[in-house]
Amino acid sequence: MDKLIISPAPHIHGGDSVSKDMTGVIIALVPALLVGLYFFGLGALVVTLTAVASCVLFEYLIQKFMLKGSNTVMDGSAALTGLLLALNLPSNIPVWMVVIGSLVAIGIGKMSFGGLGNNPFNPALIGRVFLLISFPVEMTTWPRPVPFSAAYLDAETAPTTLAMIKDHFGEIPSTLDLFIGNMGGSLGEISAVAILIGLVYLLVKKIITWHIPVSILATVFVFTGILNLANPELYASPVVHLFSGGLMLGAVFMATDYVTSPMNPRGMLVYGVGIGIITVVIRAFGAYPEGVSFAILIMNAFTPLINTYIKPKRFGEKVKI
Amino acid sequence: MKTFRMGGIHPKENKFSAGKQIQVAELPKQVVIPLSHYIGTPSEAVVKKGDVVKVGQLIGKANGLISANVHSSVSGKVNKIDVQLDATGYKRSAVYIDVDGDEWLETIDRSTEIKRECNLSKEEIIRKIQDAGIVGLGGATFPTHVKLSPPPGKKANILIINAVECESYLTCDHQLMLEKGEEILVGTTILMKALEVNRAVIGIENNKKDAIVHLQQLAKNFKGIKVEALKVRYPQGGEKQLIDAIIRRQVPSGRIPIEVGAVVQNVGTTYAVYEAVQKNKPMIERVMTISGKTAPNPGNYLVRLGTYLASVVDQAGGIPEGTGKIVGGGPMMGRSLMNLNVPMAKGSSGVVFIRKEESVRKPVKNCIRCAKCVTVCPMGLEPFLLMSQSERNMWDEMEDNCTMDCIECGSCSYTCPSNRPLLDYIRFGKTTVGGIIRNRATKK
Amino acid sequence: MNLIVIALLTLGIIGAVSAIILYFVAKKFHVYEDPRIDQVEAALPAANCGGCGFPGCRGFANACVKADTLDGLFCPVGGNDTMKNVAGILGKNAVAVAPTVAVVRCGGTCDHRPRMNEYDGVKHCFIAHNLYSGETGCSWGCLGLGDCEVSCEFDAIKVNQVTKLPEVDEDKCTSCGACVKACPKLLIELRKKGPKSRRIYVNCRNEDKGHISRKSCDVSCISCLKCEKVCPYEAITITNNLAFIHDDKCKLCRKCVDICPTNAIVELNFPPRKVKEESMNTKEEQLVG
Repeated sequence: MDKLIISPAPHIHGGDSVSKDMTGVIIALVPALLVGLYFFGLGALVVTLTAVASCVLFEYLIQKFMLKGSNTVMDGSAALTGLLLALNLPSNIPVWMVVIGSLVAIGIGKMSFGGLGNNPFNPALIGRVFLLISFPVEMTTWPRPVPFSAAYLDAETAPTTLAMIKDHFGEIPSTLDLFIGNMGGSLGEISAVAILIGLVYLLVKKIITWHIPVSILATVFVFTGILNLANPELYASPVVHLFSGGLMLGAVFMATDYVTSPMNPRGMLVYGVGIGIITVVIRAFGAYPEGVSFAILIMNAFTPLINTYIKPKRFGEKVKI
Repeated sequence: MKTFRMGGIHPKENKFSAGKQIQVAELPKQVVIPLSHYIGTPSEAVVKKGDVVKVGQLIGKANGLISANVHSSVSGKVNKIDVQLDATGYKRSAVYIDVDGDEWLETIDRSTEIKRECNLSKEEIIRKIQDAGIVGLGGATFPTHVKLSPPPGKKANILIINAVECESYLTCDHQLMLEKGEEILVGTTILMKALEVNRAVIGIENNKKDAIVHLQQLAKNFKGIKVEALKVRYPQGGEKQLIDAIIRRQVPSGRIPIEVGAVVQNVGTTYAVYEAVQKNKPMIERVMTISGKTAPNPGNYLVRLGTYLASVVDQAGGIPEGTGKIVGGGPMMGRSLMNLNVPMAKGSSGVVFIRKEESVRKPVKNCIRCAKCVTVCPMGLEPFLLMSQSERNMWDEMEDNCTMDCIECGSCSYTCPSNRPLLDYIRFGKTTVGGIIRNRATKK
Repeated sequence: MNLIVIALLTLGIIGAVSAIILYFVAKKFHVYEDPRIDQVEAALPAANCGGCGFPGCRGFANACVKADTLDGLFCPVGGNDTMKNVAGILGKNAVAVAPTVAVVRCGGTCDHRPRMNEYDGVKHCFIAHNLYSGETGCSWGCLGLGDCEVSCEFDAIKVNQVTKLPEVDEDKCTSCGACVKACPKLLIELRKKGPKSRRIYVNCRNEDKGHISRKSCDVSCISCLKCEKVCPYEAITITNNLAFIHDDKCKLCRKCVDICPTNAIVELNFPPRKVKEESMNTKEEQLVG
């Protein structure tokens, strides 16, 4: 018989792995992606494929020639970053911009800090915000949703709901359209229902906990509700705010990114409330019609602080009032 | 259905030996009875080389407060008193006895008849338990009589019997409940009397429905005993977790269960108490499970203390092909054994064979900060943080982050998607921080 | 023009007021520090290894200045030269201490000490030590997981991956004692470096009885007492079934090395022997037999 193996307890492992979790998130994104493909057709397909392929390629190259560690490209996190980046872009954006966005997301947002697990900011959002600041025009003209459209760069454009609210023009889509996703917007953010299906999948598979998405959505609902009650002329109803823009996608998929979110339930609630407040402040009072990306990045910066000062509830701890 | 309120995991149960009748293991040719225990000071040998001993005869006397008597589990001649490698490869003193026949002390009642009446006083019961050398059979082997004598000023108001058996594979307590249900209930009443409480709850996880039904039927004839079905969740067998599950009170950090008025005893211990008090039988044998995915003949065996594990395993069909690791105890908290030439001790609840492909750890990756370890920690700690502090020798910070509360259940390492050895490092930190705290206390 | 004057004036006034406040605060909270501490610190090697028993070089300098004599104060990294400098600065006397070096007292290479198990936990001696006795049958010997290597600030001790035993680089070793504290098996000792780095020591820590230790390792000390008897200087004592050579008494005569039946006593840096070729051969034959 071979030598017996000695190791400290526990002697069994749950079988969870990084690639399993990443694949789980990718599966949860499939409904949102399908809705994007349905409404934006060819453009959505091109942007998604480019983003995923270039993210994976950049991670592979950087890992191989610069970091020189064991290659982590197979764990699926690069593909996930690419997918999230694509879902945050308008579907009529030129391919070369997508490639630049991927390079920034992977190169600056993730690998420059040492790879998965060490990045302080959500890489996909770094890519998106970089593009938004560098190419504001391309990043803020969204195509009109046309089922199975074959148009790409030449697609007819439409404003987003939030832009309509901000600049007081146009007719806000019906709540049902908002819910299904029949409106202008980024590739993956339009359909609230598809994202909610993804959320349910993530919760059932125990990939994330409810704390972050629920606290963000609840904060935005309450805050915009107060504003709406104070001045319905100027501020849209909380339902419109919940279902429009990148809020759903941000709350469910971007803010819950493992690496950049706090690590205990109490901290997660603080983080979620912070994102909600900053989002509404930017949407209601800022220059941009949309603020989820910035809100998440700002709270990402607070995550280490939250982790240090907000501790989980210890067993047997008395709640101090 | 009740369970504890914080963290927890649900590993595959793999209870292959469930429902298998307890088989009496063959008498070995030689036994090696360890004089030291997992916890506390070693006992002092009271026999010498050449002495003839009977089953149940005292061979090691308790030494100090946290220590227990040791009795001969066989009859025969003392071969020598020497060191013996224990499961960890370190040497412990032990008594070697060559078996000759099976002659029991006359005082021990060997009939199977159930003796329900007990007219002894509280002190007499505790005395008898102490004399019989009974220790907690859940694994920590803490002397039972110490647990039954609360510190002055403290009073228990509930007795909790731990029949959870939350570890995968192990079924010895389950089978014991099915076969010796009434004895266990009598044992419970005896313990209630010793503690002067009128309420006892037997906590059983819901994957042992037959045992729950069986004990609930029997408990109708016993006053104050309730059988509670608990949701299957690891580590429910942890003392603090079980108290939380049953009476919804959390024992504060660094305190003992009596603080919230509870005393927890293992169900195997309860049976041993029954035998000691009603039948005068000291702690000389226990039920253990031999199991594993590839085990040829998983089952429950009644084994005399000091029997070499190898001989028990041989009776259960030997070591299966392709075994990479042999675990003494359950796979979550048990120790991996260097070989089977170790005697079984009071705390040995089982032997589990783990296949080679499952026994090698997967390569460690970066922490992706998924916080799953925080979510599953039943004590509300932050294992990822404790591990990195332990790696960097930040002992003060570890103490501030409640390292000493860790119950070493292993849920964090079990669940980590990056296969990080969280518990290894936390245990290292705990040992060091514990030493620092003790040093500080002695300096004061 | 006016604007510039106002700006200059405000800034100037702010500066002046701050300077005055700073001046008084500095006066008020001034702490006198012996200037010799800085001088002594400058003379120290600045390794901050803690080998002297004080937190860093400044802590040691502070202690040197405060102490009446330099007895018991020694910088193992700098050695006698540094201590002489320090003594010069302080006008005290430094007693010369024989230089020491770290010695790993385990000879259980893979050939001598067969592996019985495979360890698959964290590569950390302390964790492995707390878990069990080691991969081999010897519960005293080196685990080979390199806690000493990690603890060494000077890159002087390294685990040889072939023998799985740590090896000390004498030139780099400053005998700061970090590895001594790091080793959970207490294998490492600081011994006198000896003339021309010649040393003799018992390369084993096994306190088991002879037959037990021999079973697990070919080169273990079996406490046969031969070395104790042969030593003309009473430098060898045997306690707990283990021989120990006191380096202050040992005169490096090498009689014990020759007589040890298990080669547990080793000599280092001696020139090769010329005369006793024959006797060595017979000894080896005996061992084989």
